Amino acid sequence: MPVLIYIDQAEGHIKKSSFEAASYGAKIAALTGTTAEAVVLGKLTDDLPSLGNYGITKVHHVADESLNHLDAQQFTRIIAALATQINAGVVVLSNNVNGKAIAPRLSARLKAGLVAGAISLPDTSNGFVVKKGVFSGKAFANINVLTPIKIIALTPNAFSPEKGSGIAEVVAFTPSPEPSRVKLVATNKVKGQVPLSEAELVISGGRGLKGPENWGMIEELAQLLGAATACSRAVADAHWRPHHEHVGQTGGSVSPNMYFAVGISGAIQHLAGVNRSKVIVVINKDPEAPFFKAADYGIVGDAFEVMPKIIAAVRKIKG
Amino acid sequence: MKILVCISKTPDTTAKIAFVDNNTKFAAEGVQWIINPYDEWYALVRAIELKEQDPSSIIHLVTVGTADAEPIIRKALALGGDEAIRVNLESHDSFTIASQISAIAREGAYDLILTGKETLDYNGASIGGMVAELLDLPFISLATKFDLAGNTATVTREIEGGEEVAEVNLPLVVSCQKGVAEQRIPNMKGIMGARSKPLKVVEPTATEALTSIVNFELPPAKAGVKLVSADQPEELVRLLHEEAKLF
Ligand SMILES: Cc1cc2nc3c(=O)[nH]c(=O)nc-3n(C[C@H](O)[C@H](O)[C@H](O)COP(=O)(O)OP(=O)(O)OC[C@H]3O[C@@H](n4cnc5c(N)ncnc54)[C@H](O)[C@@H]3O)c2cc1C
Repeated sequence: MPVLIYIDQAEGHIKKSSFEAASYGAKIAALTGTTAEAVVLGKLTDDLPSLGNYGITKVHHVADESLNHLDAQQFTRIIAALATQINAGVVVLSNNVNGKAIAPRLSARLKAGLVAGAISLPDTSNGFVVKKGVFSGKAFANINVLTPIKIIALTPNAFSPEKGSGIAEVVAFTPSPEPSRVKLVATNKVKGQVPLSEAELVISGGRGLKGPENWGMIEELAQLLGAATACSRAVADAHWRPHHEHVGQTGGSVSPNMYFAVGISGAIQHLAGVNRSKVIVVINKDPEAPFFKAADYGIVGDAFEVMPKIIAAVRKIKG
Repeated sequence: MKILVCISKTPDTTAKIAFVDNNTKFAAEGVQWIINPYDEWYALVRAIELKEQDPSSIIHLVTVGTADAEPIIRKALALGGDEAIRVNLESHDSFTIASQISAIAREGAYDLILTGKETLDYNGASIGGMVAELLDLPFISLATKFDLAGNTATVTREIEGGEEVAEVNLPLVVSCQKGVAEQRIPNMKGIMGARSKPLKVVEPTATEALTSIVNFELPPAKAGVKLVSADQPEELVRLLHEEAKLF
Protein backbone atom coordinates (compact mmCIF):
# COMPACT_ATOMS: atom_id res chain seq x y z
CA MET A 1 0.00 0.00 0.00
CA PRO A 2 2.07 2.96 -1.22
CA VAL A 3 2.06 6.45 0.23
CA LEU A 4 0.50 8.95 -2.18
CA ILE A 5 1.62 12.58 -1.95
CA TYR A 6 -0.38 15.37 -3.54
CA ILE A 7 2.03 17.96 -5.00
CA ASP A 8 0.54 21.44 -5.04
CA GLN A 9 1.66 23.97 -7.60
CA ALA A 10 1.20 27.66 -8.38
CA GLU A 11 1.88 29.14 -11.80
CA GLY A 12 3.60 25.96 -12.94
CA HIS A 13 5.96 25.73 -9.97
CA ILE A 14 5.89 23.20 -7.19
CA LYS A 15 5.31 24.92 -3.85
CA LYS A 16 7.95 24.69 -1.16
CA SER A 17 5.38 23.18 1.21
CA SER A 18 4.88 20.35 -1.27
CA PHE A 19 8.57 19.45 -1.22
CA GLU A 20 8.14 19.17 2.54
CA ALA A 21 5.09 16.94 2.01
CA ALA A 22 7.00 14.81 -0.54
CA SER A 23 9.92 14.30 1.80
CA TYR A 24 7.60 13.59 4.74
CA GLY A 25 5.60 11.09 2.70
CA ALA A 26 8.78 9.37 1.51
CA LYS A 27 9.88 9.07 5.13
CA ILE A 28 6.59 7.36 6.05
CA ALA A 29 7.02 5.04 3.07
CA ALA A 30 10.52 4.12 4.25
CA LEU A 31 9.30 3.56 7.82
CA THR A 32 6.46 1.32 6.70
CA GLY A 33 8.37 -0.50 3.98
CA THR A 34 6.53 0.79 0.94
CA THR A 35 7.04 3.28 -1.88
CA ALA A 36 6.18 6.96 -2.16
CA GLU A 37 4.26 8.05 -5.25
CA ALA A 38 3.14 11.56 -6.11
CA VAL A 39 0.21 13.07 -7.96
CA VAL A 40 0.60 16.32 -9.87
CA LEU A 41 -2.29 18.18 -11.48
CA GLY A 42 -2.03 20.73 -14.28
CA LYS A 43 0.70 21.87 -16.66
CA LEU A 44 4.01 22.59 -14.96
CA THR A 45 7.25 24.23 -15.96
CA ASP A 46 9.11 22.50 -13.12
CA ASP A 47 10.83 19.23 -13.81
CA LEU A 48 8.82 16.30 -12.43
CA PRO A 49 11.38 13.45 -12.48
CA SER A 50 13.48 15.48 -10.02
CA LEU A 51 10.81 14.83 -7.37
CA GLY A 52 12.91 11.66 -7.07
CA ASN A 53 15.38 13.80 -5.13
CA TYR A 54 12.80 13.87 -2.35
CA GLY A 55 12.24 10.12 -2.33
CA ILE A 56 9.36 9.88 -4.81
CA THR A 57 9.63 6.85 -7.10
CA LYS A 58 6.66 7.49 -9.37
CA VAL A 59 4.76 10.63 -10.37
CA HIS A 60 1.21 10.36 -11.67
CA HIS A 61 0.68 13.42 -13.81
CA VAL A 62 -2.62 14.79 -15.10
CA ALA A 63 -1.26 17.27 -17.65
CA ASP A 64 -4.50 19.16 -18.08
CA GLU A 65 -4.21 22.95 -18.20
CA SER A 66 -7.68 23.41 -16.68
CA LEU A 67 -6.28 21.93 -13.45
CA ASN A 68 -3.76 24.74 -13.00
CA HIS A 69 -6.19 26.37 -10.55
CA LEU A 70 -7.83 24.74 -7.61
CA ASP A 71 -11.30 23.32 -7.83
CA ALA A 72 -11.44 21.33 -4.60
CA GLN A 73 -14.23 19.11 -5.85
CA GLN A 74 -12.42 18.11 -9.05
CA PHE A 75 -9.06 17.72 -7.38
CA THR A 76 -10.58 15.50 -4.71
CA ARG A 77 -12.30 13.31 -7.27
CA ILE A 78 -9.05 12.81 -9.18
CA ILE A 79 -6.81 12.22 -6.15
CA ALA A 80 -9.34 9.81 -4.64
CA ALA A 81 -9.61 7.87 -7.91
CA LEU A 82 -5.84 7.52 -8.08
CA ALA A 83 -5.53 6.61 -4.40
CA THR A 84 -8.04 3.84 -4.96
CA GLN A 85 -6.36 2.67 -8.16
CA ILE A 86 -2.90 2.33 -6.60
CA ASN A 87 -4.35 1.10 -3.30
CA ALA A 88 -2.69 3.89 -1.30
CA GLY A 89 -2.50 3.37 2.44
CA VAL A 90 -1.58 6.95 3.33
CA VAL A 91 -2.30 10.17 1.44
CA VAL A 92 -0.10 13.13 2.36
CA LEU A 93 -0.57 16.76 1.41
CA SER A 94 0.49 20.13 2.75
CA ASN A 95 -2.01 21.81 5.04
CA ASN A 96 -1.58 24.98 3.00
CA VAL A 97 -4.41 27.04 1.48
CA ASN A 98 -5.23 24.38 -1.10
CA GLY A 99 -4.62 21.47 1.23
CA LYS A 100 -7.21 22.89 3.61
CA ALA A 101 -9.76 22.70 0.80
CA ILE A 102 -8.81 19.26 -0.52
CA ALA A 103 -7.89 17.23 2.59
CA PRO A 104 -11.30 17.32 4.32
CA ARG A 105 -13.10 16.48 1.08
CA LEU A 106 -10.74 13.59 0.49
CA SER A 107 -11.30 12.35 4.03
CA ALA A 108 -15.08 12.35 3.56
CA ARG A 109 -14.89 10.79 0.11
CA LEU A 110 -12.55 7.95 1.05
CA LYS A 111 -13.94 7.62 4.59
CA ALA A 112 -10.33 7.98 5.64
CA GLY A 113 -9.36 9.59 8.94
CA LEU A 114 -7.63 12.96 8.59
CA VAL A 115 -4.99 14.61 10.72
CA ALA A 116 -5.18 18.27 9.71
CA GLY A 117 -2.08 20.22 10.69
CA ALA A 118 0.27 17.33 11.45
CA ILE A 119 3.67 18.22 12.89
CA SER A 120 5.24 14.79 13.43
CA LEU A 121 5.80 11.52 11.65
CA PRO A 122 3.28 8.84 12.58
CA ASP A 123 4.02 6.57 15.51
CA THR A 124 2.92 3.11 14.41
CA SER A 125 3.90 1.25 17.57
CA ASN A 126 0.29 1.25 18.75
CA GLY A 127 -2.09 2.27 15.98
CA PHE A 128 -1.25 5.16 13.67
CA VAL A 129 -0.73 8.18 15.86
CA VAL A 130 0.18 11.62 14.53
CA LYS A 131 0.80 14.79 16.54
CA LYS A 132 -0.91 18.04 15.60
CA GLY A 133 -1.20 21.50 17.10
CA VAL A 134 -4.43 22.35 18.95
CA PHE A 135 -5.77 25.28 20.97
CA SER A 136 -4.17 27.72 18.55
CA GLY A 137 -0.63 26.69 19.29
CA LYS A 138 -1.05 26.32 23.04
CA ALA A 139 -1.06 22.52 23.04
CA PHE A 140 -0.65 19.38 20.94
CA ALA A 141 -2.94 16.41 20.46
CA ASN A 142 -1.89 12.91 19.47
CA ILE A 143 -4.49 11.67 17.00
CA ASN A 144 -5.01 7.99 16.24
CA VAL A 145 -6.29 7.38 12.71
CA LEU A 146 -8.67 4.45 12.88
CA THR A 147 -9.33 3.77 9.20
CA PRO A 148 -7.41 1.60 6.69
CA ILE A 149 -6.55 4.68 4.61
CA LYS A 150 -5.00 7.63 6.44
CA ILE A 151 -4.83 11.24 5.33
CA ILE A 152 -2.21 13.59 6.71
CA ALA A 153 -2.22 17.32 6.02
CA LEU A 154 1.24 18.50 7.08
CA THR A 155 1.71 21.93 8.65
CA PRO A 156 3.91 24.06 6.38
CA ASN A 157 7.45 24.54 7.66
CA ALA A 158 7.07 21.80 10.30
CA PHE A 159 9.20 19.22 8.46
CA SER A 160 12.48 20.01 6.71
CA PRO A 161 12.66 18.41 3.29
CA GLU A 162 15.58 16.06 2.84
CA LYS A 163 17.09 16.28 -0.59
CA GLY A 164 18.95 13.27 -1.89
CA SER A 165 19.28 12.16 -5.45
CA GLY A 166 16.91 10.10 -7.52
CA ILE A 167 14.81 10.23 -10.62
CA ALA A 168 11.10 9.56 -10.45
CA GLU A 169 9.27 7.80 -13.24
CA VAL A 170 6.51 10.03 -14.64
CA VAL A 171 3.33 8.35 -15.84
CA ALA A 172 0.19 9.96 -17.23
CA PHE A 173 -2.99 9.61 -15.27
CA THR A 174 -6.22 10.18 -17.17
CA PRO A 175 -9.23 10.62 -14.95
CA SER A 176 -12.71 10.67 -16.42
CA PRO A 177 -13.51 14.28 -17.31
CA GLU A 178 -16.18 16.21 -15.46
CA PRO A 179 -17.07 19.89 -15.91
CA SER A 180 -15.91 22.25 -13.17
CA ARG A 181 -18.53 24.13 -11.20
CA VAL A 182 -16.07 26.84 -10.16
CA LYS A 183 -15.20 29.57 -12.63
CA LEU A 184 -11.99 31.44 -11.88
CA VAL A 185 -12.39 35.13 -12.70
CA ALA A 186 -9.20 36.71 -11.31
CA THR A 187 -5.93 36.01 -9.54
CA ASN A 188 -4.39 38.94 -7.70
CA LYS A 189 -0.88 38.44 -6.42
CA VAL A 190 1.23 40.83 -4.45
CA LYS A 191 4.29 40.91 -6.65
CA GLY A 192 7.83 40.59 -5.46
CA GLN A 193 7.04 39.69 -1.87
CA VAL A 194 7.58 36.50 0.04
CA PRO A 195 4.13 35.03 0.81
CA LEU A 196 3.59 35.12 4.56
CA SER A 197 2.26 31.58 4.83
CA GLU A 198 5.33 30.13 3.07
CA ALA A 199 7.98 32.30 4.70
CA GLU A 200 10.81 30.88 6.77
CA LEU A 201 11.55 34.26 8.29
CA VAL A 202 8.97 36.87 9.24
CA ILE A 203 9.58 40.48 10.32
CA SER A 204 6.55 41.97 12.01
CA GLY A 205 5.69 45.41 13.33
CA GLY A 206 3.22 46.68 15.92
CA ARG A 207 1.73 49.92 17.12
CA GLY A 208 5.04 50.73 18.78
CA LEU A 209 6.27 51.84 15.36
CA LYS A 210 3.96 54.88 15.65
CA GLY A 211 2.85 55.11 12.02
CA PRO A 212 3.00 53.61 8.53
CA GLU A 213 5.77 56.01 7.54
CA ASN A 214 8.13 54.10 9.85
CA TRP A 215 7.76 50.74 8.11
CA GLY A 216 10.87 51.35 6.02
CA MET A 217 13.02 49.60 8.62
CA ILE A 218 10.73 46.56 8.74
CA GLU A 219 10.76 46.27 4.97
CA GLU A 220 14.48 46.84 4.69
CA LEU A 221 15.30 44.10 7.18
CA ALA A 222 12.80 41.77 5.50
CA GLN A 223 14.32 42.42 2.12
CA LEU A 224 17.86 41.79 3.34
CA LEU A 225 16.83 38.46 4.83
CA GLY A 226 14.34 37.39 2.18
CA ALA A 227 11.69 37.49 4.88
CA ALA A 228 7.96 38.19 4.70
CA THR A 229 6.40 41.11 6.57
CA ALA A 230 3.54 40.88 9.04
CA CYS A 231 1.81 43.11 11.59
CA SER A 232 -0.45 43.13 14.64
CA ARG A 233 -4.19 43.59 14.41
CA ALA A 234 -3.95 47.10 15.87
CA VAL A 235 -1.76 48.04 12.91
CA ALA A 236 -4.04 46.47 10.28
CA ASP A 237 -7.11 48.03 11.90
CA ALA A 238 -5.45 51.45 11.72
CA HIS A 239 -4.84 50.77 8.01
CA TRP A 240 -1.10 51.24 8.42
CA ARG A 241 -0.58 47.91 6.69
CA PRO A 242 -2.70 45.71 4.41
CA HIS A 243 -5.04 43.24 6.08
CA HIS A 244 -3.33 40.15 4.72
CA GLU A 245 -0.33 40.97 6.93
CA HIS A 246 -2.41 40.76 10.12
CA VAL A 247 -1.48 37.72 12.19
CA GLY A 248 -3.07 36.38 15.35
CA GLN A 249 -6.27 34.79 16.50
CA THR A 250 -8.37 36.72 14.01
CA GLY A 251 -5.81 36.99 11.25
CA GLY A 252 -3.38 34.55 9.73
CA SER A 253 -1.26 32.10 11.64
CA VAL A 254 2.36 31.50 10.82
CA SER A 255 5.01 29.00 11.88
CA PRO A 256 8.27 30.32 10.44
CA ASN A 257 11.78 29.51 11.66
CA MET A 258 11.99 33.06 13.02
CA TYR A 259 9.30 35.54 13.98
CA PHE A 260 10.93 38.91 14.62
CA ALA A 261 8.51 41.27 16.39
CA VAL A 262 9.17 44.98 16.67
CA GLY A 263 6.98 47.21 18.85
CA ILE A 264 4.35 44.52 19.42
CA SER A 265 3.14 43.99 22.99
CA GLY A 266 2.49 40.25 22.55
CA ALA A 267 -1.17 40.12 23.57
CA ILE A 268 -2.48 36.58 23.90
CA GLN A 269 -4.58 36.99 20.74
CA HIS A 270 -1.47 37.97 18.81
CA LEU A 271 0.54 35.05 20.23
CA ALA A 272 -2.19 32.64 19.10
CA GLY A 273 -1.09 33.25 15.53
CA VAL A 274 2.67 33.17 16.01
CA ASN A 275 3.49 30.86 18.92
CA ARG A 276 4.31 27.97 16.58
CA SER A 277 7.32 29.89 15.29
CA LYS A 278 10.57 28.07 16.04
CA VAL A 279 12.43 31.14 17.29
CA ILE A 280 10.78 34.35 18.46
CA VAL A 281 12.76 37.59 18.66
CA VAL A 282 11.27 40.61 20.38
CA ILE A 283 12.29 44.26 20.26
CA ASN A 284 10.23 46.28 22.72
CA LYS A 285 11.02 49.25 24.92
CA ASP A 286 8.89 47.93 27.76
CA PRO A 287 10.65 45.19 29.79
CA GLU A 288 7.21 44.11 31.05
CA ALA A 289 5.81 43.50 27.56
CA PRO A 290 4.19 40.05 27.64
CA PHE A 291 5.93 39.10 24.40
CA PHE A 292 9.23 38.61 26.25
CA LYS A 293 7.72 35.62 28.07
CA ALA A 294 7.20 33.87 24.73
CA ALA A 295 10.48 35.03 23.21
CA ASP A 296 13.81 33.26 22.68
CA TYR A 297 15.88 36.38 22.05
CA GLY A 298 15.14 39.99 22.74
CA ILE A 299 16.26 43.53 23.26
CA VAL A 300 14.62 45.88 25.70
CA GLY A 301 15.05 49.10 23.83
CA ASP A 302 13.69 51.74 21.49
CA ALA A 303 13.06 50.29 18.04
CA PHE A 304 14.03 53.56 16.39
CA GLU A 305 17.51 53.33 17.90
CA VAL A 306 17.99 49.57 17.75
CA MET A 307 16.64 48.70 14.31
CA PRO A 308 19.08 50.77 12.20
CA LYS A 309 21.98 49.05 13.98
CA ILE A 310 20.43 45.63 13.45
CA ILE A 311 19.94 46.38 9.77
CA ALA A 312 23.56 47.53 9.46
CA ALA A 313 24.81 44.36 11.16
CA VAL A 314 22.68 42.12 8.95
CA ARG A 315 23.88 44.01 5.90
CA LYS A 316 27.46 43.13 6.87
CA ILE A 317 26.57 39.43 6.82
CA LYS A 318 24.25 39.48 3.84
CA GLY A 319 25.63 42.41 1.93
CA MET B 1 -32.80 31.84 0.11
CA LYS B 2 -32.02 29.41 2.93
CA ILE B 3 -28.71 29.79 4.71
CA LEU B 4 -27.20 27.37 7.22
CA VAL B 5 -24.47 28.73 9.50
CA CYS B 6 -22.34 26.25 11.42
CA ILE B 7 -21.58 27.42 14.96
CA SER B 8 -19.09 25.96 17.37
CA LYS B 9 -18.24 26.85 20.91
CA THR B 10 -14.61 27.35 21.87
CA PRO B 11 -12.76 28.36 25.03
CA ASP B 12 -12.14 32.09 25.27
CA THR B 13 -8.67 32.90 23.92
CA THR B 14 -7.49 33.96 27.35
CA ALA B 15 -8.63 30.67 28.94
CA LYS B 16 -6.02 28.55 30.64
CA ILE B 17 -5.28 25.46 28.57
CA ALA B 18 -4.83 22.40 30.78
CA PHE B 19 -5.78 18.74 30.63
CA VAL B 20 -7.17 16.16 33.05
CA ASP B 21 -7.69 12.38 33.22
CA ASN B 22 -4.11 11.54 32.32
CA ASN B 23 -4.02 14.30 29.72
CA THR B 24 -6.85 12.77 27.73
CA LYS B 25 -9.42 15.53 28.33
CA PHE B 26 -9.44 19.30 28.18
CA ALA B 27 -9.90 20.78 31.66
CA ALA B 28 -13.19 22.53 30.97
CA GLU B 29 -13.94 23.42 34.57
CA GLY B 30 -14.34 27.16 35.02
CA VAL B 31 -13.56 27.90 31.40
CA GLN B 32 -15.35 30.78 29.75
CA TRP B 33 -16.87 29.67 26.42
CA ILE B 34 -17.39 31.90 23.43
CA ILE B 35 -18.78 31.46 19.93
CA ASN B 36 -15.86 30.46 17.75
CA PRO B 37 -14.86 33.92 16.43
CA TYR B 38 -14.60 32.86 12.77
CA ASP B 39 -18.11 31.42 12.93
CA GLU B 40 -19.48 34.51 14.62
CA TRP B 41 -17.68 37.50 13.15
CA TYR B 42 -17.49 36.31 9.59
CA ALA B 43 -19.90 33.46 8.74
CA LEU B 44 -22.86 34.52 10.87
CA VAL B 45 -22.53 38.26 10.31
CA ARG B 46 -22.27 37.77 6.55
CA ALA B 47 -25.44 35.63 6.64
CA ILE B 48 -27.20 38.39 8.55
CA GLU B 49 -26.06 40.96 5.98
CA LEU B 50 -27.42 38.77 3.18
CA LYS B 51 -30.75 38.61 4.98
CA GLU B 52 -30.74 42.38 5.34
CA GLN B 53 -30.36 42.59 1.56
CA ASP B 54 -33.08 40.03 0.97
CA PRO B 55 -35.41 39.88 3.98
CA SER B 56 -37.18 36.81 2.62
CA SER B 57 -34.03 34.82 3.40
CA ILE B 58 -34.07 32.33 6.23
CA ILE B 59 -31.03 31.72 8.45
CA HIS B 60 -30.67 28.54 10.47
CA LEU B 61 -27.82 27.92 12.86
CA VAL B 62 -26.53 24.45 13.56
CA THR B 63 -24.25 23.23 16.30
CA VAL B 64 -23.17 19.73 17.23
CA GLY B 65 -22.87 19.63 20.97
CA THR B 66 -24.43 18.76 24.30
CA ALA B 67 -26.79 21.01 26.29
CA ASP B 68 -23.90 23.13 27.57
CA ALA B 69 -23.58 24.57 24.04
CA GLU B 70 -26.98 26.25 24.39
CA PRO B 71 -25.82 29.55 25.92
CA ILE B 72 -23.52 29.96 22.92
CA ILE B 73 -26.32 29.22 20.47
CA ARG B 74 -28.56 31.77 22.23
CA LYS B 75 -25.76 34.33 21.97
CA ALA B 76 -25.52 33.64 18.26
CA LEU B 77 -29.29 33.97 17.89
CA ALA B 78 -29.04 37.34 19.62
CA LEU B 79 -26.92 38.55 16.71
CA GLY B 80 -29.35 37.16 14.16
CA GLY B 81 -30.73 34.03 12.60
CA ASP B 82 -34.25 32.67 12.67
CA GLU B 83 -33.83 29.38 14.40
CA ALA B 84 -31.20 27.02 15.68
CA ILE B 85 -30.68 23.29 15.58
CA ARG B 86 -28.54 21.48 18.11
CA VAL B 87 -27.48 17.94 17.36
CA ASN B 88 -27.16 16.34 20.75
CA LEU B 89 -23.68 14.85 20.51
CA GLU B 90 -20.23 15.63 21.84
CA SER B 91 -17.47 14.60 19.46
CA HIS B 92 -13.95 15.64 18.55
CA ASP B 93 -13.90 13.68 15.31
CA SER B 94 -14.41 16.11 12.41
CA PHE B 95 -16.04 13.48 10.20
CA THR B 96 -18.60 12.61 12.87
CA ILE B 97 -19.51 16.28 13.26
CA ALA B 98 -19.59 16.89 9.50
CA SER B 99 -21.84 13.86 9.04
CA GLN B 100 -24.35 15.31 11.51
CA ILE B 101 -24.29 18.71 9.85
CA SER B 102 -24.67 17.24 6.38
CA ALA B 103 -27.73 15.25 7.56
CA ILE B 104 -29.30 18.50 8.79
CA ALA B 105 -28.28 20.30 5.61
CA ARG B 106 -29.71 17.61 3.36
CA GLU B 107 -33.04 17.77 5.13
CA GLY B 108 -33.19 21.58 5.07
CA ALA B 109 -32.18 21.95 1.41
CA TYR B 110 -30.06 25.04 2.06
CA ASP B 111 -28.74 27.22 -0.77
CA LEU B 112 -25.71 28.34 1.18
CA ILE B 113 -23.77 26.75 4.02
CA LEU B 114 -21.28 28.97 5.86
CA THR B 115 -18.63 27.93 8.38
CA GLY B 116 -15.73 29.73 10.04
CA LYS B 117 -12.29 28.92 8.65
CA GLU B 118 -11.41 26.79 11.68
CA THR B 119 -12.17 26.48 15.37
CA LEU B 120 -9.78 27.99 17.87
CA ASP B 121 -9.60 24.77 19.90
CA TYR B 122 -9.12 21.86 17.50
CA ASN B 123 -7.86 23.91 14.52
CA GLY B 124 -9.07 21.32 12.03
CA ALA B 125 -10.42 23.61 9.28
CA SER B 126 -12.20 20.46 8.10
CA ILE B 127 -15.94 20.69 8.65
CA GLY B 128 -16.84 22.82 5.61
CA GLY B 129 -14.91 20.66 3.16
CA MET B 130 -16.29 17.44 4.59
CA VAL B 131 -19.88 18.70 4.52
CA ALA B 132 -19.40 19.83 0.90
CA GLU B 133 -18.09 16.43 -0.11
CA LEU B 134 -20.87 14.58 1.70
CA LEU B 135 -23.43 16.75 -0.12
CA ASP B 136 -21.54 16.78 -3.43
CA LEU B 137 -21.39 20.59 -3.42
CA PRO B 138 -18.65 23.01 -4.47
CA PHE B 139 -16.56 24.37 -1.59
CA ILE B 140 -14.59 27.60 -1.36
CA SER B 141 -12.25 27.65 1.61
CA LEU B 142 -10.67 30.58 3.45
CA ALA B 143 -12.96 33.15 1.84
CA THR B 144 -12.09 36.80 2.43
CA LYS B 145 -15.06 38.24 0.48
CA PHE B 146 -18.45 36.87 -0.47
CA ASP B 147 -21.00 38.51 -2.76
CA LEU B 148 -24.18 37.21 -4.22
CA ALA B 149 -26.06 38.23 -7.35
CA GLY B 150 -29.11 36.08 -7.97
CA ASN B 151 -27.95 32.51 -7.92
CA THR B 152 -24.27 33.26 -8.53
CA ALA B 153 -21.77 33.83 -5.76
CA THR B 154 -18.53 35.70 -6.31
CA VAL B 155 -16.05 34.54 -3.71
CA THR B 156 -12.53 35.75 -3.03
CA ARG B 157 -10.25 33.30 -1.26
CA GLU B 158 -6.76 33.52 0.16
CA ILE B 159 -3.90 31.95 -1.78
CA GLU B 160 -0.16 32.16 -1.06
CA GLY B 161 0.81 35.79 -1.50
CA GLY B 162 -2.51 36.98 -2.86
CA GLU B 163 -6.09 36.11 -3.61
CA GLU B 164 -8.20 34.31 -6.16
CA VAL B 165 -11.70 35.34 -7.25
CA ALA B 166 -14.16 32.71 -8.48
CA GLU B 167 -17.78 32.54 -9.52
CA VAL B 168 -19.84 29.62 -8.33
CA ASN B 169 -23.54 28.90 -8.54
CA LEU B 170 -25.51 28.03 -5.43
CA PRO B 171 -25.85 25.69 -3.62
CA LEU B 172 -22.42 26.10 -2.14
CA VAL B 173 -20.33 25.67 1.01
CA VAL B 174 -17.95 28.49 2.05
CA SER B 175 -15.52 28.73 4.97
CA CYS B 176 -15.12 32.33 6.08
CA GLN B 177 -12.29 34.36 7.54
CA LYS B 178 -11.33 37.96 8.04
CA GLY B 179 -12.63 40.26 5.32
CA VAL B 180 -15.97 38.51 4.73
CA ALA B 181 -17.72 40.70 7.31
CA GLU B 182 -17.07 42.91 10.34
CA GLN B 183 -17.69 41.94 13.93
CA ARG B 184 -21.07 43.06 15.37
CA ILE B 185 -22.20 43.48 18.95
CA PRO B 186 -25.69 42.14 19.77
CA ASN B 187 -28.18 44.79 20.87
CA MET B 188 -30.83 44.57 23.59
CA LYS B 189 -33.60 43.83 21.12
CA GLY B 190 -31.58 40.97 19.68
CA ILE B 191 -30.81 39.54 23.10
CA MET B 192 -34.47 39.68 24.17
CA GLY B 193 -35.65 38.27 20.84
CA ALA B 194 -33.19 35.40 20.97
CA ARG B 195 -34.96 33.91 23.96
CA SER B 196 -38.08 33.16 22.00
CA LYS B 197 -36.43 31.91 18.82
CA PRO B 198 -36.86 28.18 18.26
CA LEU B 199 -33.94 25.97 19.32
CA LYS B 200 -34.60 22.48 18.09
CA VAL B 201 -32.71 19.57 19.60
CA VAL B 202 -32.25 16.52 17.40
CA GLU B 203 -30.60 13.22 18.19
CA PRO B 204 -27.51 12.29 16.15
CA THR B 205 -27.54 9.87 13.27
CA ALA B 206 -25.23 6.90 13.63
CA THR B 207 -21.69 7.51 12.33
CA GLU B 208 -18.39 5.90 12.95
CA ALA B 209 -15.49 8.10 14.03
CA LEU B 210 -12.49 8.03 11.70
CA THR B 211 -10.06 9.34 14.33
CA SER B 212 -9.69 9.45 18.10
CA ILE B 213 -7.63 11.61 20.41
CA VAL B 214 -5.06 9.54 22.31
CA ASN B 215 -3.92 12.36 24.57
CA PHE B 216 -2.82 15.98 24.76
CA GLU B 217 0.56 17.54 25.47
CA LEU B 218 1.56 21.00 26.54
CA PRO B 219 4.55 22.50 24.74
CA PRO B 220 7.80 22.28 26.68
CA ALA B 221 8.40 25.43 28.69
CA LYS B 222 10.56 27.97 26.90
CA ALA B 223 14.08 28.16 28.22
CA GLY B 224 13.51 31.86 28.80
CA VAL B 225 14.43 34.84 26.73
CA LYS B 226 18.07 35.62 26.07
CA LEU B 227 18.28 39.38 26.40
CA VAL B 228 20.88 41.43 24.62
CA SER B 229 21.75 44.96 25.70
CA ALA B 230 20.18 47.76 23.66
CA ASP B 231 23.67 49.17 23.24
CA GLN B 232 24.78 46.09 21.31
CA PRO B 233 22.15 45.15 18.72
CA GLU B 234 25.02 43.66 16.66
CA GLU B 235 25.30 40.96 19.32
CA LEU B 236 21.68 39.95 18.70
CA VAL B 237 22.39 39.63 14.99
CA ARG B 238 25.47 37.53 15.76
CA LEU B 239 23.44 35.17 17.98
CA LEU B 240 20.69 34.77 15.38
CA HIS B 241 23.28 34.12 12.71
CA GLU B 242 25.80 31.94 14.53
CA GLU B 243 23.91 30.36 17.44
CA ALA B 244 20.38 29.97 16.10
CA LYS B 245 21.62 29.75 12.49
CA LEU B 246 18.52 31.43 11.19
CA PHE B 247 20.19 33.20 8.29
C1 LIG C 1 -11.23 38.91 20.38
C2 LIG C 1 -9.94 39.58 20.06
C3 LIG C 1 -9.20 39.14 18.97
C4 LIG C 1 -7.96 39.74 18.66
N1 LIG C 1 -7.23 39.26 17.60
C5 LIG C 1 -5.99 39.77 17.38
C6 LIG C 1 -5.16 39.27 16.34
O1 LIG C 1 -5.55 38.39 15.58
N2 LIG C 1 -3.91 39.78 16.18
C7 LIG C 1 -3.43 40.78 16.98
O2 LIG C 1 -2.28 41.20 16.77
N3 LIG C 1 -4.20 41.29 17.94
C8 LIG C 1 -5.46 40.82 18.17
N4 LIG C 1 -6.23 41.36 19.15
C9 LIG C 1 -5.76 42.59 19.81
C10 LIG C 1 -4.73 42.35 20.87
O3 LIG C 1 -5.38 42.09 22.10
C11 LIG C 1 -3.84 43.60 21.04
O4 LIG C 1 -4.67 44.69 21.33
C12 LIG C 1 -3.00 43.92 19.81
O5 LIG C 1 -2.28 42.77 19.38
C13 LIG C 1 -2.05 45.04 20.14
O6 LIG C 1 -1.24 45.36 19.04
P1 LIG C 1 0.22 45.98 19.27
O7 LIG C 1 1.00 45.06 20.10
O8 LIG C 1 0.72 46.33 17.93
O9 LIG C 1 -0.10 47.35 20.01
P2 LIG C 1 0.05 47.78 21.53
O10 LIG C 1 -0.65 46.89 22.44
O11 LIG C 1 -0.30 49.22 21.54
O12 LIG C 1 1.57 47.57 21.84
C14 LIG C 1 2.59 48.36 21.31
C15 LIG C 1 3.89 47.88 21.90
O13 LIG C 1 4.95 48.62 21.35
C16 LIG C 1 5.88 48.95 22.36
N5 LIG C 1 6.57 50.18 21.94
C17 LIG C 1 6.08 51.44 21.88
N6 LIG C 1 7.01 52.28 21.40
C18 LIG C 1 8.10 51.56 21.14
C19 LIG C 1 9.39 51.86 20.63
N7 LIG C 1 9.74 53.11 20.28
N8 LIG C 1 10.27 50.86 20.50
C20 LIG C 1 9.96 49.58 20.84
N9 LIG C 1 8.75 49.23 21.33
C21 LIG C 1 7.82 50.20 21.47
C22 LIG C 1 5.07 49.12 23.60
O14 LIG C 1 5.87 48.88 24.75
C23 LIG C 1 3.98 48.05 23.41
O15 LIG C 1 4.39 46.81 23.98
C24 LIG C 1 -7.48 40.80 19.45
C25 LIG C 1 -8.24 41.24 20.54
C26 LIG C 1 -9.45 40.64 20.85
C27 LIG C 1 -10.20 41.13 22.05
